[in-house]
Amino acid sequence: MVSQCQQPKKAMQHLTARRVAGLLSRRGVAAFSSSGVKMASHGHGGVTEQTDMSVPLYWDRLDTPLPDRPYKDTLSDADKSLKQKEKGPWNSLSKEEKLALYRLTFNETYAEMKKPTGEWKTVLGGIFFFIGFTGLVVLWQRYYVYPPHPRTLDDEWQAMQVKRMLDMRVNPVEGFSAKWDYEKGQWK
Amino acid sequence: MSLVKPAMRGLLAKRLRFHLPIAFGLSLVAAAGFKYTVTEPRKQAYADFYKRYDSMKEFSAMREAGVFESVRPTGK
Repeated sequence: MVSQCQQPKKAMQHLTARRVAGLLSRRGVAAFSSSGVKMASHGHGGVTEQTDMSVPLYWDRLDTPLPDRPYKDTLSDADKSLKQKEKGPWNSLSKEEKLALYRLTFNETYAEMKKPTGEWKTVLGGIFFFIGFTGLVVLWQRYYVYPPHPRTLDDEWQAMQVKRMLDMRVNPVEGFSAKWDYEKGQWK
Repeated sequence: MSLVKPAMRGLLAKRLRFHLPIAFGLSLVAAAGFKYTVTEPRKQAYADFYKRYDSMKEFSAMREAGVFESVRPTGK
């Protein structure tokens, strides 16, 4: 349960990955989907582990820099002596000790949090895949669902329609009929 | 060393002092641009059209084409 508190962001990434795995299962990637099934039938009586929100939590977030508690709150003896040394002048701390103190309080540095995940490739790939799939669906619709065209869309009907619009002098100043040369009987 | 106290007040006023003249200027430019690229040519086009417009001739042409219901083409 402590590890759940510490890594909500990693859990989010796992959720994304699982959703993607759900998509990928269409292509028959059996490994992902079978592991998903295994996790669902764990047999805890349907109760999943939840983070205890009544105690201060730790998080790695770019927008909220200071979590409610330090990362490691159960300190070993070496850690405790280091924390004691921290109460003195900091010039006496070596570089490794300073880094160790940072890692006691924080899990990931900002640089590590901002590390690119490459998730955008999955997202973009998924988008294109589904657009392509939608294209196939639309194509099938065109042949199996749509009724025949109304006769007003035939070329001959459209030609008759254009002729009637020109005869009526539709928009003769700047628009439709303005582009027709009435003397020569052709478009300008 | 002590830091300079940042500006705590008048931030919107300062922003408006800078951006409002620009906004008004750009709006006027847009309006002038539209006037001289759209409305003036359009007025000229209408003036030119009606300068040489013979309504009776157009009416006869439309009548012959058979688009009216109140008058038939002269042949019928």
